[in-house]
Amino acid sequence: MSDDRTNILEMRSITKTFPGVKALQNVTVDVRRGEVHAICGENGAGKSTLMKVLSGVYPFGTYEGDIVFEDEVVQFRDIRDSEAKGIVIIHQELALSPYLSIAENIFLNNELKGPLGLIDWNKTNHEAAALLARVGLKENPTTKVRDIGVGKQQLVEIAKALSKRVKLLILDEPTAALNDEDSDHLLNLILHLKEQGITSIIISHKLNEIKKVADSVTVIRDGKTIETISKDDVTEERIIKDMVGRDLEHRYPDHTPHIGEEILRVEEWTAHHPQDPTRVMVDDVNITVRAGEIVGIAGLMGAGRTEFAMSLFGRSYGSKISGRVFVKGKEVKTRTVAEAIENGLAYATEDRKTYGLNLIDDIKRNISMASLEKLERFGLVDDGKEFQVANSYRTSMNIKAPSVLAKTGKLSGGNQQKVVLSKWIYSDPDVLILDEPTRGIDVGAKYEIYSIINKLAAEGKGIIVISSELPELLGICDRVYALSEGRITGELPIAEATPEALLKLMTMEKPR
Amino acid sequence: MSDLETKPSDATAAGAQVNPVENKFTERLSHILGDLGKNGIFIALVLVVVLFSILTNGILLRPQNISNLIVQNGYILVLAIGMVMVIIAGHIDLSVGSVAAFVGAVSGVFAVQWGLPWWLSIILSLAVGALVGVWQGFWIAFVGIPAFIVTLAGMLIFRGLALVVLGNANIGSFPTEYRALGNGFLTDLFGQFELDPLTLGIAAIAIIALFVSQFRTRRARQSYGQEVEPFAWFVAKLVLVAVAVGLFAYALATYKGIPVTLIVLAVLVLIYGTVMNRSTFGRHVYAIGGNLHAAELSGIKTRNVTFWLFVNMGVLAALAGLIFTARLNLAGPKAGDGFELEAISAAFIGGAAVQGGVGTIGGAIIGGLIIGVLNNGMSIMGIGIEWQQAVKGLVLLLAVAFDVYNKRRSGGR
Repeated sequence: MSDDRTNILEMRSITKTFPGVKALQNVTVDVRRGEVHAICGENGAGKSTLMKVLSGVYPFGTYEGDIVFEDEVVQFRDIRDSEAKGIVIIHQELALSPYLSIAENIFLNNELKGPLGLIDWNKTNHEAAALLARVGLKENPTTKVRDIGVGKQQLVEIAKALSKRVKLLILDEPTAALNDEDSDHLLNLILHLKEQGITSIIISHKLNEIKKVADSVTVIRDGKTIETISKDDVTEERIIKDMVGRDLEHRYPDHTPHIGEEILRVEEWTAHHPQDPTRVMVDDVNITVRAGEIVGIAGLMGAGRTEFAMSLFGRSYGSKISGRVFVKGKEVKTRTVAEAIENGLAYATEDRKTYGLNLIDDIKRNISMASLEKLERFGLVDDGKEFQVANSYRTSMNIKAPSVLAKTGKLSGGNQQKVVLSKWIYSDPDVLILDEPTRGIDVGAKYEIYSIINKLAAEGKGIIVISSELPELLGICDRVYALSEGRITGELPIAEATPEALLKLMTMEKPR
Repeated sequence: MSDLETKPSDATAAGAQVNPVENKFTERLSHILGDLGKNGIFIALVLVVVLFSILTNGILLRPQNISNLIVQNGYILVLAIGMVMVIIAGHIDLSVGSVAAFVGAVSGVFAVQWGLPWWLSIILSLAVGALVGVWQGFWIAFVGIPAFIVTLAGMLIFRGLALVVLGNANIGSFPTEYRALGNGFLTDLFGQFELDPLTLGIAAIAIIALFVSQFRTRRARQSYGQEVEPFAWFVAKLVLVAVAVGLFAYALATYKGIPVTLIVLAVLVLIYGTVMNRSTFGRHVYAIGGNLHAAELSGIKTRNVTFWLFVNMGVLAALAGLIFTARLNLAGPKAGDGFELEAISAAFIGGAAVQGGVGTIGGAIIGGLIIGVLNNGMSIMGIGIEWQQAVKGLVLLLAVAFDVYNKRRSGGR
């Protein structure tokens, strides 16, 4: 590949205004033909808006500036226009229909028809199989999409893009929901497609994967282009500095543990699959957490991390659950969520929007949701006290919102997470289980979340952090358990925990 | 009313963020506009009343007609209260009309055929309604069958049982005290006057209570540092409401006084308004409708809440059946026909969301009144039942479409 490659895409001085807000200001991005171009920025920096302008979701005329695609100024009226030119965007939330087959999804609204205008199923399935081979997915094209995992669904999306003869593939946080193995496969596929001449734009938070695949990186902050860095000059420090506008010397706040008495002990915890009680999902787990201690649980996707936490928290997951739970040395029952909360447990979910928040209600009522009885006076909820409580959390947690009466659905991911944490802190638990506490949150807000976790530990609470990002666990925990196939395969104090050692434990298979 | 106002709007909060406020005047204006948008349904009621008082040459607002409006719609409003709660939780109840008919028939057996005292008949009938609710609530909450199916079955089951109880005949001529529930007036107890002093007295007390409670709420909010509306606007709104209540009471006083149905309704609105706004149970209903999973993982006993919602709906459907039977002085097989549709319409016109999580008791009452005024106004104008149906359908569709449009415009989805 030579240096004089032409630009396939030039976005020149794009400005996009919403009533009262300038979402993009003079953003300029040049993407060369055949490269993988990463776009980085904090949540709300304008990445998604930019991609919506590019793909025609915001049609020509609603923005200022020019989009030049293959040396031609283009004016897309909708997504179909941009797809006709070969620009395909794959959103973070996949747009697949779960009850249709892989092949049906690939050719949705692009159906292969026979002579009578009816769908030619043989041809459909045959061509789908060929596309699946190109993306390296070994599945039958007639399999229903709901029966395959998220990682494979992502590949189906890419196959769908290929069926549209894609020239420029845009992936919005493609690995956000994938485990390491699936992520690797996907990143390799992007590199493989590059060899076939397909240009990609990848939007990502994950700096290590950007380093792995990107030929150049454009950083956007507050709706403006900061700079475009070419592959050789990319360092994590530089990208982070561009993204947050300041040096982030420490990505993890300092944390001096003051570890006290044992606060939680779980013995012989076993849970089975809710639909298929013969499958053991959590297998004889024994863990302890002491007051003031931050304990990590590391495991690959499907290792049973969330399953363990949710089965422990009021049997919210699984069937045929057995085991014993001790809080402060006393055995307690956690058969319902209410019982678990009463006995000092709290669980902040990995999926805020589906399991954590009432998005159509305000911050105040979300924070009080798990502890309304604390606000009761004469049998009624004390509105004023609730407002005060919510306001004090807004201040102490630095929740950015015009008021506590703002709907949580309108907050950014980081602020939503702070609302979830406020809710659980207000319930005053002994042990907080935080499942992926920083998923989908930008770098600055992550630091704040870590500081909150440290503060809680300093107050003498026991903290369990479940995370798929090893650096995060290594950065904030005092001790880490490794989980594989539902079993605890090892336990390392932070001094001995290295990514290599943990990975070895995380991939340890059951003796058969 | 009160829960229409205390439901916070984020429109004002978000508006203040997007359009930086330049001075006090624009701030006030934006507050008033936000308030008007929030109380759009109330304004719609006023418009419908104005429209029909013009179209009917003022007949609509004659004292006797105003009194009739309340009495004729009482049972729909009672149902609307229970229905909006069920809808907020993300369910629906199609059986209420049949349950009302069934309980009406059963009450006929108690009060007429068995000759039980009127108060015992009423208590037993409400208990039957509660049992119906237990039955439906069990299938919905604990077995997990969608409410649409369970109550569709209930619609058939209880209509059938009503016919069984009636045995192909009407049961009629109820005791006077029982009948008071549907067409009695408080003056019957205290004697007749030209201008009923009791009605005016109660209205005066209600207005004073409204002022005191609103001022106390406002003061409490201020003391907690919560933002409050401009004082002038606050007072203006209170005065407007007070004048409306006063005129309404005056109209009733020149006729026969306060209908018993209105007293029942007022008590229900007060109780349920407080339950939905201020009690833990009410908060749990909103939380379940807003996000069932999040509610469950916050320790809310979602099944119990759902179960009790349907028990409550059963009791209110029974009460509606009693009021209707009392009014007609007859328990018949066609009683309650289509009540469920009017109650559901009332809830949706009143701003409840099909997906759940959104709605107010006050909104449902106003929605029910809009339907009532439409019914009444068109009847006075001599418009046939066929066109009345069509118009009501159209109003429901437009009301919800307007709501959807409003939400989309404000950016929430």
